[in-house]
Amino acid sequence: MSILAEISGSLGSIGYGLAAIGPGVGIGIIFGNGVQAIARQPEAYGVIRQNMILGFALAEALALIGFVAPFVFGA
Amino acid sequence: MIFLANFISLAEVTCKFGDTACPFPAPGAGIFVWKPLTSINLGITTIDITKPVILALISTVIVSVVFLLAFSRPKLVPTGIQNVVEVGYLFVRDNIAREIMGKDGDRFVPFLTSIFFFVWTMNVMAIIPVAQFPVTSKFAFPVVLAVIVWLIYMFLGMKNQGVVGYFKNIAFPPGMPIGIYPLLTPIELLSTIIIRPVTLAIRLFANMFAGHLLITVFTVSAWYLLNLSNFVGIVSVIGYLGSAVSFFVTIVLTGFEMFIQALQAFIFTLLTAVFISSSLHAEH
Repeated sequence: MSILAEISGSLGSIGYGLAAIGPGVGIGIIFGNGVQAIARQPEAYGVIRQNMILGFALAEALALIGFVAPFVFGA
Repeated sequence: MIFLANFISLAEVTCKFGDTACPFPAPGAGIFVWKPLTSINLGITTIDITKPVILALISTVIVSVVFLLAFSRPKLVPTGIQNVVEVGYLFVRDNIAREIMGKDGDRFVPFLTSIFFFVWTMNVMAIIPVAQFPVTSKFAFPVVLAVIVWLIYMFLGMKNQGVVGYFKNIAFPPGMPIGIYPLLTPIELLSTIIIRPVTLAIRLFANMFAGHLLITVFTVSAWYLLNLSNFVGIVSVIGYLGSAVSFFVTIVLTGFEMFIQALQAFIFTLLTAVFISSSLHAEH
Protein backbone atom coordinates (compact mmCIF):
# COMPACT_ATOMS: atom_id res chain seq x y z
CA MET A 1 0.00 0.00 0.00
CA SER A 2 1.40 3.35 -0.99
CA ILE A 3 1.71 6.18 1.48
CA LEU A 4 -0.86 8.89 0.82
CA ALA A 5 0.35 11.49 3.28
CA GLU A 6 3.26 11.84 5.61
CA ILE A 7 4.09 14.26 8.40
CA SER A 8 7.69 15.12 9.03
CA GLY A 9 9.28 17.52 11.47
CA SER A 10 8.04 18.18 14.96
CA LEU A 11 4.87 16.20 15.60
CA GLY A 12 4.86 17.54 19.14
CA SER A 13 4.07 21.06 17.99
CA ILE A 14 1.00 19.78 16.11
CA GLY A 15 -0.02 17.89 19.23
CA TYR A 16 0.32 21.06 21.28
CA GLY A 17 -1.78 22.97 18.77
CA LEU A 18 -4.54 20.40 19.09
CA ALA A 19 -4.23 20.30 22.87
CA ALA A 20 -4.61 24.08 23.07
CA ILE A 21 -7.99 24.25 21.30
CA GLY A 22 -10.16 23.05 24.19
CA PRO A 23 -8.46 24.98 26.99
CA GLY A 24 -8.41 28.08 24.75
CA VAL A 25 -12.18 27.99 24.42
CA GLY A 26 -12.56 27.09 28.10
CA ILE A 27 -10.37 29.87 29.43
CA GLY A 28 -12.20 32.36 27.20
CA ILE A 29 -15.54 31.28 28.63
CA ILE A 30 -14.22 31.35 32.22
CA PHE A 31 -12.82 34.87 32.05
CA GLY A 32 -15.64 36.20 29.88
CA ASN A 33 -18.28 35.06 32.35
CA GLY A 34 -16.11 36.04 35.29
CA VAL A 35 -15.76 39.62 34.09
CA GLN A 36 -19.48 39.73 33.37
CA ALA A 37 -20.23 38.47 36.88
CA ILE A 38 -17.94 41.09 38.42
CA ALA A 39 -19.60 43.81 36.35
CA ARG A 40 -23.03 42.72 37.52
CA GLN A 41 -22.07 42.36 41.16
CA PRO A 42 -18.84 44.20 41.98
CA GLU A 43 -19.15 43.54 45.73
CA ALA A 44 -18.73 39.77 45.10
CA TYR A 45 -15.35 40.42 43.44
CA GLY A 46 -13.36 38.33 45.96
CA VAL A 47 -15.40 35.15 45.62
CA ILE A 48 -15.72 35.46 41.85
CA ARG A 49 -11.99 36.00 41.39
CA GLN A 50 -11.14 32.90 43.47
CA ASN A 51 -13.44 30.69 41.46
CA MET A 52 -12.34 32.27 38.18
CA ILE A 53 -8.67 31.54 38.89
CA LEU A 54 -9.56 28.04 40.08
CA GLY A 55 -11.41 27.24 36.85
CA PHE A 56 -8.65 28.85 34.83
CA ALA A 57 -6.04 26.66 36.53
CA LEU A 58 -8.01 23.50 35.86
CA ALA A 59 -8.54 24.33 32.17
CA GLU A 60 -4.99 25.54 31.66
CA ALA A 61 -3.54 22.28 32.98
CA LEU A 62 -4.74 20.45 29.85
CA ALA A 63 -2.91 22.80 27.51
CA LEU A 64 0.24 22.56 29.61
CA ILE A 65 0.15 18.77 29.58
CA GLY A 66 0.01 19.04 25.80
CA PHE A 67 3.03 21.32 25.87
CA VAL A 68 5.12 19.12 28.13
CA ALA A 69 4.22 15.69 26.72
CA PRO A 70 6.49 15.96 23.62
CA PHE A 71 9.46 16.87 25.81
CA VAL A 72 8.80 14.14 28.33
CA PHE A 73 8.05 11.30 25.89
CA GLY A 74 10.64 12.34 23.32
CA ALA A 75 10.02 14.22 20.11
CA MET B 1 36.90 26.56 37.57
CA ILE B 2 35.66 22.99 37.37
CA PHE B 3 33.08 23.93 39.98
CA LEU B 4 31.89 26.84 37.84
CA ALA B 5 31.85 24.76 34.68
CA ASN B 6 29.49 22.33 36.35
CA PHE B 7 27.04 25.16 36.83
CA ILE B 8 26.33 24.94 33.12
CA SER B 9 23.55 22.63 32.00
CA LEU B 10 24.21 19.68 29.75
CA ALA B 11 22.73 21.35 26.66
CA GLU B 12 25.19 20.90 23.82
CA VAL B 13 26.32 24.25 22.51
CA THR B 14 28.83 23.89 19.71
CA CYS B 15 28.30 27.30 18.10
CA LYS B 16 30.96 29.95 18.53
CA PHE B 17 30.27 33.63 18.08
CA GLY B 18 31.15 34.70 14.53
CA ASP B 19 30.60 31.23 13.10
CA THR B 20 28.20 32.03 10.27
CA ALA B 21 27.66 28.43 9.13
CA CYS B 22 26.10 27.47 12.44
CA PRO B 23 22.40 26.45 12.49
CA PHE B 24 20.10 27.89 15.15
CA PRO B 25 20.91 26.05 18.40
CA ALA B 26 17.30 25.64 19.52
CA PRO B 27 17.16 24.98 23.27
CA GLY B 28 15.32 21.79 24.16
CA ALA B 29 14.80 19.61 27.20
CA GLY B 30 18.61 19.48 27.56
CA ILE B 31 18.72 22.84 29.33
CA PHE B 32 16.95 21.24 32.29
CA VAL B 33 19.58 18.53 32.78
CA TRP B 34 22.48 19.43 35.05
CA LYS B 35 25.86 17.91 35.72
CA PRO B 36 26.20 16.89 39.36
CA LEU B 37 28.53 19.13 41.35
CA THR B 38 29.28 16.32 43.79
CA SER B 39 27.82 12.91 44.45
CA ILE B 40 27.07 11.41 47.83
CA ASN B 41 27.42 7.63 47.82
CA LEU B 42 24.94 5.91 50.10
CA GLY B 43 25.75 2.36 49.09
CA ILE B 44 22.26 1.56 47.76
CA THR B 45 22.10 4.67 45.62
CA THR B 46 24.03 7.83 44.94
CA ILE B 47 22.64 11.29 45.53
CA ASP B 48 23.77 13.82 42.96
CA ILE B 49 23.97 17.39 44.21
CA THR B 50 23.06 19.54 41.22
CA LYS B 51 22.32 23.22 40.82
CA PRO B 52 18.51 22.83 41.32
CA VAL B 53 19.16 21.03 44.62
CA ILE B 54 21.39 23.85 45.81
CA LEU B 55 18.83 26.45 44.72
CA ALA B 56 16.11 24.55 46.59
CA LEU B 57 18.25 24.54 49.74
CA ILE B 58 18.92 28.27 49.31
CA SER B 59 15.16 28.87 48.92
CA THR B 60 14.50 26.93 52.13
CA VAL B 61 17.09 28.99 53.99
CA ILE B 62 15.75 32.29 52.61
CA VAL B 63 12.14 31.52 53.59
CA SER B 64 13.11 30.20 57.04
CA VAL B 65 15.42 33.11 57.85
CA VAL B 66 12.97 35.77 56.67
CA PHE B 67 10.13 34.33 58.73
CA LEU B 68 12.36 33.78 61.78
CA LEU B 69 13.62 37.36 61.59
CA ALA B 70 10.07 38.65 61.30
CA PHE B 71 8.27 36.51 63.86
CA SER B 72 10.84 35.21 66.36
CA ARG B 73 10.05 38.14 68.65
CA PRO B 74 6.69 39.40 67.35
CA LYS B 75 5.44 42.77 68.59
CA LEU B 76 1.84 43.90 68.82
CA VAL B 77 2.72 46.99 66.84
CA PRO B 78 4.91 45.59 64.06
CA THR B 79 8.08 47.35 63.00
CA GLY B 80 10.59 46.79 60.23
CA ILE B 81 10.63 43.37 58.59
CA GLN B 82 7.66 42.14 60.61
CA ASN B 83 5.53 44.73 58.78
CA VAL B 84 6.51 43.37 55.38
CA VAL B 85 6.14 39.67 56.16
CA GLU B 86 2.85 40.27 57.96
CA VAL B 87 1.40 41.61 54.71
CA GLY B 88 2.29 38.30 53.03
CA TYR B 89 0.84 36.29 55.91
CA LEU B 90 -2.38 38.31 55.90
CA PHE B 91 -2.64 37.88 52.12
CA VAL B 92 -2.61 34.10 52.49
CA ARG B 93 -5.02 34.22 55.43
CA ASP B 94 -7.60 36.59 53.93
CA ASN B 95 -7.41 35.71 50.26
CA ILE B 96 -6.85 31.96 50.43
CA ALA B 97 -7.61 30.35 53.79
CA ARG B 98 -10.63 32.38 54.92
CA GLU B 99 -12.00 32.81 51.41
CA ILE B 100 -12.09 29.03 50.84
CA MET B 101 -12.56 27.53 54.30
CA GLY B 102 -14.04 30.35 56.35
CA LYS B 103 -13.11 30.37 60.05
CA ASP B 104 -11.88 26.76 59.81
CA GLY B 105 -9.09 28.01 57.61
CA ASP B 106 -7.23 29.80 60.39
CA ARG B 107 -5.73 26.51 61.60
CA PHE B 108 -4.12 25.91 58.22
CA VAL B 109 -2.72 29.38 57.59
CA PRO B 110 0.83 28.50 58.79
CA PHE B 111 0.95 25.48 56.46
CA LEU B 112 -0.50 27.41 53.51
CA THR B 113 1.85 30.34 54.13
CA SER B 114 4.86 28.02 54.15
CA ILE B 115 3.73 26.34 50.91
CA PHE B 116 3.03 29.67 49.21
CA PHE B 117 6.33 31.34 50.06
CA PHE B 118 8.42 28.23 49.48
CA VAL B 119 6.92 27.64 46.03
CA TRP B 120 7.15 31.31 45.17
CA THR B 121 10.81 31.55 46.19
CA MET B 122 11.66 28.46 44.18
CA ASN B 123 9.84 29.95 41.16
CA VAL B 124 11.48 33.34 41.50
CA MET B 125 14.91 31.69 41.22
CA ALA B 126 14.15 31.68 37.47
CA ILE B 127 14.86 35.38 37.09
CA ILE B 128 17.49 35.99 39.79
CA PRO B 129 20.85 36.60 38.10
CA VAL B 130 23.37 33.73 38.44
CA ALA B 131 20.63 31.38 39.69
CA GLN B 132 18.35 31.80 36.65
CA PHE B 133 16.69 28.45 36.96
CA PRO B 134 13.19 27.78 38.30
CA VAL B 135 13.66 24.95 40.79
CA THR B 136 10.08 23.79 40.25
CA SER B 137 10.80 23.07 36.58
CA LYS B 138 12.52 19.89 37.78
CA PHE B 139 9.54 17.54 38.09
CA ALA B 140 10.71 16.00 41.37
CA PHE B 141 10.18 19.19 43.40
CA PRO B 142 6.48 19.76 42.57
CA VAL B 143 5.90 16.01 42.93
CA VAL B 144 7.19 16.01 46.50
CA LEU B 145 5.08 19.06 47.35
CA ALA B 146 1.99 17.47 45.78
CA VAL B 147 2.59 14.23 47.71
CA ILE B 148 2.76 16.21 50.98
CA VAL B 149 -0.51 17.95 50.12
CA TRP B 150 -2.07 14.62 49.14
CA LEU B 151 -1.05 12.96 52.42
CA ILE B 152 -2.44 15.89 54.41
CA TYR B 153 -5.84 16.07 52.76
CA MET B 154 -6.30 12.28 52.73
CA PHE B 155 -5.37 12.15 56.43
CA LEU B 156 -7.68 15.04 57.30
CA GLY B 157 -10.51 13.46 55.36
CA MET B 158 -10.16 10.14 57.17
CA LYS B 159 -9.82 11.92 60.52
CA ASN B 160 -12.87 14.16 60.07
CA GLN B 161 -15.24 11.82 58.22
CA GLY B 162 -13.96 8.40 59.32
CA VAL B 163 -11.99 6.04 57.10
CA VAL B 164 -15.07 4.35 55.65
CA GLY B 165 -17.12 7.53 55.66
CA TYR B 166 -14.50 9.47 53.74
CA PHE B 167 -14.29 6.97 50.89
CA LYS B 168 -18.08 6.60 50.93
CA ASN B 169 -18.48 10.36 50.62
CA ILE B 170 -16.01 10.48 47.73
CA ALA B 171 -17.51 7.55 45.86
CA PHE B 172 -21.18 8.25 46.53
CA PRO B 173 -21.88 11.97 46.81
CA PRO B 174 -25.39 12.21 48.26
CA GLY B 175 -28.34 13.70 46.44
CA MET B 176 -27.77 12.12 43.04
CA PRO B 177 -30.28 10.00 41.10
CA ILE B 178 -29.38 6.33 41.63
CA GLY B 179 -28.77 5.59 37.97
CA ILE B 180 -25.88 8.04 37.71
CA TYR B 181 -23.68 6.27 40.27
CA PRO B 182 -22.13 3.63 37.96
CA LEU B 183 -20.82 6.55 35.90
CA LEU B 184 -20.07 8.96 38.73
CA THR B 185 -18.34 6.68 41.25
CA PRO B 186 -15.27 5.73 39.16
CA ILE B 187 -14.84 9.32 37.98
CA GLU B 188 -15.07 10.75 41.48
CA LEU B 189 -12.68 8.18 42.97
CA LEU B 190 -10.17 8.66 40.16
CA SER B 191 -10.35 12.43 40.25
CA THR B 192 -10.06 12.79 44.04
CA ILE B 193 -7.37 10.21 44.69
CA ILE B 194 -5.21 10.27 41.55
CA ILE B 195 -5.94 13.18 39.22
CA ARG B 196 -5.88 15.87 41.94
CA PRO B 197 -2.24 15.42 43.06
CA VAL B 198 -1.05 14.61 39.54
CA THR B 199 -2.46 17.80 38.02
CA LEU B 200 -1.30 19.80 41.04
CA ALA B 201 2.29 18.72 40.35
CA ILE B 202 2.08 18.91 36.56
CA ARG B 203 0.53 22.38 36.54
CA LEU B 204 3.35 23.94 38.52
CA PHE B 205 6.04 21.97 36.70
CA ALA B 206 4.67 22.67 33.21
CA ASN B 207 4.22 26.39 33.79
CA MET B 208 7.76 26.85 35.05
CA PHE B 209 9.19 24.52 32.38
CA ALA B 210 7.40 26.41 29.61
CA GLY B 211 8.36 29.80 31.00
CA HIS B 212 12.04 28.95 31.35
CA LEU B 213 12.13 27.43 27.86
CA LEU B 214 10.47 30.50 26.37
CA ILE B 215 12.93 32.91 27.97
CA THR B 216 15.85 30.73 26.87
CA VAL B 217 14.60 30.55 23.27
CA PHE B 218 14.50 34.34 23.00
CA THR B 219 17.82 34.81 24.79
CA VAL B 220 19.52 32.34 22.46
CA SER B 221 17.83 33.93 19.47
CA ALA B 222 19.07 37.38 20.50
CA TRP B 223 22.61 35.97 20.59
CA TYR B 224 22.17 34.01 17.36
CA LEU B 225 20.74 36.89 15.35
CA LEU B 226 23.56 39.15 16.52
CA ASN B 227 25.81 36.41 15.22
CA LEU B 228 24.04 36.69 11.83
CA SER B 229 25.04 40.35 11.68
CA ASN B 230 28.53 39.14 10.81
CA PHE B 231 27.20 38.78 7.28
CA VAL B 232 27.32 41.81 4.98
CA GLY B 233 24.44 43.77 3.48
CA ILE B 234 20.75 43.26 4.18
CA VAL B 235 21.25 40.08 6.26
CA SER B 236 23.35 42.08 8.71
CA VAL B 237 20.57 44.68 9.13
CA ILE B 238 17.99 41.95 9.66
CA GLY B 239 20.34 40.35 12.16
CA TYR B 240 20.71 43.53 14.22
CA LEU B 241 16.95 44.24 14.10
CA GLY B 242 16.00 40.68 15.01
CA SER B 243 18.51 40.59 17.81
CA ALA B 244 17.18 43.84 19.27
CA VAL B 245 13.59 42.58 19.04
CA SER B 246 14.50 39.25 20.67
CA PHE B 247 16.31 41.04 23.47
CA PHE B 248 13.30 43.29 24.03
CA VAL B 249 10.96 40.26 24.06
CA THR B 250 13.25 38.58 26.61
CA ILE B 251 12.82 41.53 28.94
CA VAL B 252 9.04 41.63 28.43
CA LEU B 253 8.82 37.87 29.02
CA THR B 254 10.87 38.19 32.20
CA GLY B 255 8.28 40.63 33.50
CA PHE B 256 5.50 38.29 32.43
CA GLU B 257 7.27 35.37 34.13
CA MET B 258 7.38 37.33 37.39
CA PHE B 259 3.59 37.51 37.21
CA ILE B 260 3.27 33.81 36.33
CA GLN B 261 5.57 32.76 39.19
CA ALA B 262 3.44 34.54 41.76
CA LEU B 263 0.23 33.31 40.10
CA GLN B 264 1.35 29.67 40.09
CA ALA B 265 2.38 29.81 43.74
CA PHE B 266 -1.03 31.35 44.46
CA ILE B 267 -2.89 28.68 42.46
CA PHE B 268 -0.92 25.87 44.12
CA THR B 269 -1.84 27.22 47.56
CA LEU B 270 -5.43 27.92 46.54
CA LEU B 271 -5.92 24.34 45.31
CA THR B 272 -4.29 22.99 48.47
CA ALA B 273 -6.84 24.99 50.47
CA VAL B 274 -9.70 23.69 48.30
CA PHE B 275 -8.58 20.08 48.76
CA ILE B 276 -8.21 20.48 52.52
CA SER B 277 -11.59 22.18 52.68
CA SER B 278 -13.25 19.29 50.83
CA SER B 279 -11.71 16.87 53.34
CA LEU B 280 -13.02 18.78 56.34
CA HIS B 281 -16.65 18.58 55.36
CA ALA B 282 -18.47 16.01 53.27
CA GLU B 283 -20.05 17.19 50.04
CA HIS B 284 -23.71 17.97 50.50
